[in-house]
This record gives sequence, structure tokens and C-alpha cells, in this order.
Amino acid sequence: MIRLEKRPEPSRRVAAITPVLAVLATMVAGGAMFALLGKDPFASIRTIFWDPIFGEFAFYYRGQLLVKAGPLILIAIGLSMGFRAGIWNIGAEGQYIMGAIAGAAVGLAFFPADLWIIFPLMVIAGALGGFLWAMIPALLRTKFNTNEILVSLLLVYVAEQILATMALGALRNPDGGGFPGSRNLAQYPAAANTEIIAGTGAHWGVAAAVLAVVFAHILITRHILGFHVRLSGESPKAARFAGVNPNRIIFFCLGISGALAGLAGLFEVAGPAGQISIDFNVGYGFTAIIVAFLGRLNPIGILLAGLLMALTYIGGEAAQATLGLPAAAIQAFQGMLLFFLLAMDVFTNYRIRFGRSAAAEQRAA
Amino acid sequence: MKRRTLLLAAAATGLAGAAFADGHEPLKVGFVYVGPVGDGGWTYEHDQGRLAVEEHFGDKVETIFQENVPEGADAERAMTQMALQGANLIFTTSFGYMDPTINVAAQFPDVKFEHATGYKRSDNVSTYSARFYEGRAVQGHIAGKMTETNKIGYIASFPIPEVIRGINSAYLHAKAVNPDVEFSVVWVFTWFDPAKEADAARALIANGVDVVLQHTDSTAPQAAAQEAGNVITFGQASDMAAFGPFPRVSSIIDNWAPYYIARTQAAMDGSWESVDTWDGIAEGMVEIGEITDAVPADVKAEAEAMIAAMAAKEYHPFTGPINKQDGSVWLAEGDVADDGTLLGMDFYVEGIEGEIPN
Amino acid sequence: MDFSSINPVLLAASLMVAATPILLAAIGEMVVEKAGVLNLGVEGMMIVGAISGFAVAVETGSPWLGFLGAMVGATALAMVFAVLTQFLLSNQVATGLALTLFGLGLSALMGQGYVGIKPPSVPKVPAGPLADIPTIGPVIFGHDAIVYLSLLAVLGVWAFLKYTRAGLILRAVGESHDAAHGLGYKVVAVRVAAIAFGGAMAGLGGAYLSLVRVPQWTEGMTAGAGWIALAIVVFGAWRPGRVMLGAYLFGGVTVLQLTLQAGGVAIPAEALSMSPYLVTILVLVIMSADRGRAAFGAPAALGRAFHASA
Repeated sequence: MIRLEKRPEPSRRVAAITPVLAVLATMVAGGAMFALLGKDPFASIRTIFWDPIFGEFAFYYRGQLLVKAGPLILIAIGLSMGFRAGIWNIGAEGQYIMGAIAGAAVGLAFFPADLWIIFPLMVIAGALGGFLWAMIPALLRTKFNTNEILVSLLLVYVAEQILATMALGALRNPDGGGFPGSRNLAQYPAAANTEIIAGTGAHWGVAAAVLAVVFAHILITRHILGFHVRLSGESPKAARFAGVNPNRIIFFCLGISGALAGLAGLFEVAGPAGQISIDFNVGYGFTAIIVAFLGRLNPIGILLAGLLMALTYIGGEAAQATLGLPAAAIQAFQGMLLFFLLAMDVFTNYRIRFGRSAAAEQRAA
Repeated sequence: MKRRTLLLAAAATGLAGAAFADGHEPLKVGFVYVGPVGDGGWTYEHDQGRLAVEEHFGDKVETIFQENVPEGADAERAMTQMALQGANLIFTTSFGYMDPTINVAAQFPDVKFEHATGYKRSDNVSTYSARFYEGRAVQGHIAGKMTETNKIGYIASFPIPEVIRGINSAYLHAKAVNPDVEFSVVWVFTWFDPAKEADAARALIANGVDVVLQHTDSTAPQAAAQEAGNVITFGQASDMAAFGPFPRVSSIIDNWAPYYIARTQAAMDGSWESVDTWDGIAEGMVEIGEITDAVPADVKAEAEAMIAAMAAKEYHPFTGPINKQDGSVWLAEGDVADDGTLLGMDFYVEGIEGEIPN
Repeated sequence: MDFSSINPVLLAASLMVAATPILLAAIGEMVVEKAGVLNLGVEGMMIVGAISGFAVAVETGSPWLGFLGAMVGATALAMVFAVLTQFLLSNQVATGLALTLFGLGLSALMGQGYVGIKPPSVPKVPAGPLADIPTIGPVIFGHDAIVYLSLLAVLGVWAFLKYTRAGLILRAVGESHDAAHGLGYKVVAVRVAAIAFGGAMAGLGGAYLSLVRVPQWTEGMTAGAGWIALAIVVFGAWRPGRVMLGAYLFGGVTVLQLTLQAGGVAIPAEALSMSPYLVTILVLVIMSADRGRAAFGAPAALGRAFHASA
């Protein structure tokens, strides 16, 4: 009989090996799926995992990995705080949208002025936009005890409507001939989120993501607030006993995740996306939830998980164009990867034992 | 900095064009799609165009495509990817790809780009779009003749010129044959949400309309009309023939195949240059699907005469006198709307009730 | 403002159709959550149900076999979730999200040959002269069988949880799995069964979309209905009656905003478009402000993994 036995301590060695095993298992299962679809499994796997990093055009794809991973990591870091404390913000997508709208509005208000202060102001507005949007569930939760999962999620749909209204109305490009969409911020130098080193893909949002990882690591491991956050999640009773104000934790966790999601939105709209459009948001806020869990809510883990997730997107798109794999197959493939990663997680905390447990044997004797 | 030099070097030496230059390799044609090829509407028809290119040129072309590409950074990457992999001609098939197309085209001067429904061009970027409002005129005529309640419903996606043009064109031609006609416009604020489209159609029908026009891509409104039994509809983007002969009595079909074949041929011959194309029924880019026998014979004959007049470029759906909604004169007797005003249309014509959301 | 063009009877009848997919999925998810499991993969299960049901109905010509196929297909997907979370103890939130991602992809692959096809139609339940009774006739009679089935499901789940021993065990497992385990109940088995039920109901809801409400197959056609179903469960405070109320309220506001537009009522369309979400939030605030924390109703062990240590 196969049993799971809890390890006294999560195994670090296993924690390091399991993601590799999961990726290998996905390659086998995914390869089988691609073969069923009539595609060469080896070429597919190579295109997804190898070519973007080491292939002929890696000089381009490596930069794109950062562009794709940046917002995912930035948002996931914020979310991980709340998830650790048992506060479930699943509406980061909405906060991302509102950050982008607020930041872009500030930038567009200055058009066509050329002042150095514009971009910093936009960054502040972006963070504030996301922060304020996240304050709605925070306030409702603390004042009326309204479930924050639901409110943050519903506010995503509201934010999407506001986005459409803005793209068609207030923020529409007056020189755009009546078409929806704002002016292109990437073409407005004072407001553009440019690459810090040209050609690397590393724009200010990527720098912000790296900073967020560092700060989150310090906060969680060294700071009393990080301890309170962890305590609130692991043992709410103990937290109250230790004098932690639960409302403050709620405001902090939702606030920080909202602000970071808003920042991600601002950096995206001012850089890679360029403009506010009806379909500006592409689901980073939801994918970031997966990234946060794949990284086991650990800042370094999130960094790696964000890069891995970005790789499957970039490689998956390449496989579509070069091998004609349908987009749906890539989506299913990503789902499989997550399943395997999550399934293998168990070995970090549990050991597999064959035969009956010691306790059971004692009882039997 | 090394990476940057590499990227620029690749672009500068025309790496992408190199494969084609030796004359033996097939021409590589890329397509960037905003939806899935299985959407049965907008993207589906573009993909039909791609397949027509493959069929027409056989092994002289190789086509590649990427579906579900979000607008913005992802679109830029999809195009760059195709250019790097040696695509010679790339069709980008959504309005939101406008700036990404221009950006990528600047980096790959040897690759030709074709952007659908936009207005920004450069030496290696053409634009193309279809005069769908010509088809709307035919629908408006049939709708105005056939409505018994004198109420016509219109499911509109987003308030952009393309959609507003369609509403105006349909209204003018319905009104011309039926002075009592009224339009109810429902804005669903989505291109694609079949359930919401179905609800919108039901709401309109409950409100007494017996003709439903749609500017969204799913067949959901057709099914709602079929359920109601006495409501007629028109196919949108695709023929939606499965719902004929009733409730679907006709349709507007986006036929991109002739254009895609012509442009691919031009790229092969080396005669490709940047152009601005806005084609309609005459050029075959807009097709009117079969008018079924549910339409009375005289109405069908009139509709076919109108189609023939537009095909011969003898009739323009926006011919004066036409007033704007506020009563001010837009076009005097006999004047024809200029393309600039049509492209940026942001007003209703006189007689339509309600306001355009903004 | 002219509201006279709005017919409340037709509105009530159409809101029932609009609410049924959400209601089915929500009542299933409620049972899952009552057992202490949070499955965020409702959207994925719904869309797999939508295509499974559509494909079976088209191939066999029978919508009823289609609904059955939808339940089987979505339950199969739910079992992936069950194995991962119950046997391999993976994180439920992440696994549920992965399930949605996988389900969207899988459904699109399955549906490649089914675009642009019309499914066999689902007949209304013949009600004879009853359907002609003014006002209540069109509202109560003249729907298809699935609408009534969804109402029966609400009633059944309510009775099951309240009056049956199995329902009691399920609730006990959801409140404290350790205590339930101590009493000798098979926690994992109960939860797997609940997850299977949730999958079947989500599948049924998805098939209702693809076979009745729309009816056609297109990729991504659930367009967020699964997320709304999740929200409705919390909204309904894990009580069957309130879940139904929530689903009908949401469906009602959705239909009402379109009806108001169709009737030419001069309210900005963009404000109406966001109204279903705002109204839901508002009602939620009122309801939660009204109750103390104890009465909030969330199962105490919701989302926590269970591992029998001995």
C-alpha cells in the first residue's frame, strides 16, 4: 500500500527538484498531445522550451521573456502578501486596468509638454489608481464584512467597462479620426516607459518587478510586518493574541497588491502596449494568481515561476507560427504544466511510504 | 548592447527577405488573427482568405498564422516573430494592431505589411478595409419592406465609426421604403459574448421588433429569432446559412480572398507598393449572401437591383439629401459622402432616436 | 422616461433562461464548497461541458444524450481536480485556476469540427392550456426541462443538506475535516463525490448555454459565466435558496439592462452594462452588513487540504 507521510520539515532538496521533474513530465504528456494532433512532438517541445532561450532568434526572445514576465511577477508579488495572510484578492486584473487608466490619463493630460516630471507622476498615478480600486474591497471587508474575493472579482468587470468607456470617450485620441483608443504613449517621449538598456526588453516595469522581489523578500523574512502577515494567515488566533490588528493587515495586503497591479498596468500601457484600448487587458491579473502559487508565495519562487510562465507563452506562440499548433493546444499544454507542478508539490511536504505506517503497525500489534 | 546590434543587423540585412531573394523558396505569407479561427465570424473569414491563397498558389506560397493574438505588445511580438522567420508579406487583421504594425514594419523594411481597417500607412505598410455599409443598405431595404411592426432592432458592439456607419446606412434605406420605421439600438459593449447577444436579441424581440440586425459575430441572435418564429435576421461576417431560409433571409459576407490573392501575387511579382484600399461590393470584398424565398419576389428584385447598382458604382448608399440627427444638413441633394467623413463617422442621421454612447 | 414598453412577464420568463446556466453551476459549486473544497475551475468545467454536450447532441441527434455527455465530460475534468487536491494535496486555488486554463484549451481542441453547426433543438415541456394563463402562464410554464431541473436541483440540494444523514456528513466534513475523520467518516471520499457533483452540474450549465441559450458552439463561449457562478455562491452565503435568488437577480439585471436599452430608456448604455456587477456588490454589502460573522455561512474548512496523519 502506498501512503503519504508528512515530513517534519518541507524538503528543500525536493522543492528544488520537483519543478524540473514537472517540466519533464509535461514535455512527455504534452508531446503525446502534440503527436495526437499530428505535429512532431520533439520539434514542438524544442520550439517551446529551447528556441526562445537558445535558438536562432534568442536575441529577440530573451528580451520578450522579460517583457512578458515583468507584469506577471510584479502583480504576483503583491498578491502573494495577501494570500499569505488569507486575504484573497483575485481582482488584480481590475486593479491593473485602473492603474493603467489613471497613469495614462496623467500622461495624456500633459500632452504634448516635454517635462521630466511627467513619467514619475504617471508612475505615482498608476500605483494610486490600482491602490484605490483595491481599497473598495478592503473598505467593504472591514466596514461591512463583505467577502473580498467576490467584490474584487466583480470589480474586474466594472473596470473593463470603464476601460471601454475611456477608450471610446475621455481618453480617445482626438487625432484618431473617431477610432477608439488613446494616443500612443510609447511615441510620446516624456510619457514613454522606455527600455533601460535598449534592445534587452528591460523596461522600467521589469526593474520595478525585480525591486519588488527584493523588498518582498526582506519584508517577509526580516520585518515585523511580514511576520504579522504570515501569522495572520497561519493562525489568526495567535495573530490577534500578538496584538495584530486584522483590519490593518487587510488594508495593507489589498493596498500593496492593488498598487503593484496598478504599477504593472501603467508600465504596460506606457511601454509595450502603448495605448489605452478597448481590449488593453490580456489577463495578466489572473495569470499572476497562478504565478504566485507556482512560486509557492515565495518572492524568489515567484520570480522563477513568472519567467517559466512567460517562456510557455512566448514559446507557445512561436510554435503556433512555425509549426501550426493551434492556440488551444498551447493553452491545454500550460494547464498540464501547472497540473504537474502542483501535483509534484506534494513530495516537498510528504514522503511516499510503501507498506503500512509505523503507527498503524503499532496499533495492529 | 550586443543583442541590440544583432537585432538591428538582422533587420538591416533583410534576413527576412533573404530566403525569398534566391527565387526558389516559396513566398512566406503570415496572418495575425485577433480571435480564434473557430469564431465563425471575423477571424474565420480571414482564415478562409488565407486558405484561398494557399489553394491559388499551391507550393509557391507557404502561409503561417497565429490566432488569439491580443492587441499591443503581444501583437508586436507575433509580427516580429513572423518577420524573423522569413515571412515576406504579413496581414494583420484587427484595428488594434495599427501601431504595432507600423512599429514592426519600421524594423523590417524588406517585409511587406498589410493592416486591416486602420489608417496609418508607410512605405511597407498598406491598409485595407471593406465597405460593409453597402451591405447594410441592402439589409435596410429588405428590413424596411418586410417589417410589420415597423420596429427594427440593431445589436451593436462598440460605438465606433464602423458600427455607426452600418446603423446609419441600414436606417436610411429602411426609412426610404417605410417612413414609419423605428430603430432600437442595443449596445452590448462586446464583440463576442454569445449569451449576451442572445439576451439582447430576446430583449429586442420582447420589445416588439420583427427584424434583428447584428453587428456582432455569433449566430446567437439568429437562434433567438428562430425561437420567436416571426422575426427575420441577416447573417453577419459569415453567411450563417444554417439559419436560412428563415429567419436568416440574407447576409453580409466578408470575402478577403480576392484581395489576399492579389496582394500575394503583387509581392511575388515585385510590384507590391503601399496602397490604401477600401473595397466594396464592386470589387467583391463585400458579398451579399443568398436572398432566400422568405423575401417577397418584388423586394428581392429591388434588393438585387440595388446590389447591381452598387457593383457598377452607380449608386452610393450615402447620397444626399441627408440630415444629421440634430437636423443640421449633412449632405445636400445629390451630394455623395466623402470617404473621410465616412471613416470617422460619429453621428446618427436624422430620425434615429437615442444617443451614441461615448 | 418611458418604462411602459417593458413587459414584466416576458422579462421574468427570459431572466429564468438567462440565469439557468449560472444557477446550475452555482448550486454544484455550493455543494463542493459545503464539503470544504474551493474549486475555482468552474469556468473550465462549464466550457468542457458546453462542447461535450454539443458534440454528443450533434452526433446522436438527441439533446438529452447531449446533456448527459456534458455531465460526463465535465465530471471527468473535475476528477483531475479531485486527484490533484484530494490525493496529491495540491493547493486548491491554484489547481482550480489551472483547471480553467486547461479546460478552455481542451474545449477549443475538442470543438474544432463543430463551428457553425446547429444543434438539435431542446423542446419546451408541453404545458397545454396552462401556458395560456395570463401572467403566471409564460413565467411558470412553457420552459424547457432543464429550467425545471435546475429548480429541482436547488430543492434537492436544500433537502439533502438539511434532512439527510449524508448531507450532515458532508457538512461536517466541510466544517472540520479532522473531527469528521475522527468520527470515522471518509473525508476524501465525501469530497471527491462532492467535486464530481460540482463538475456534473457545471457541465450541465455549460451545455445549457451551447444547446439552449445560445445555441451554437464557439470557442470561449462561456465568457465568464463560471466566475459569476462562483461569485453567486458566496453571494448566496452557501444556502441553496439564496444562491437561486442570487442567480436570478444577476440574470434579471443582465436581461433588464438590455430590455431598457431596447425600450429606448435614456440611461447611458455603458452605465447599464456594468449594472449587473454593481447591483450584485451592493446587495452583497447590504446582506453582509446585516449579519454577524458567525452567520456568514462559509464552511470553516473551506480550501484547506486534508491529510490523515495516521
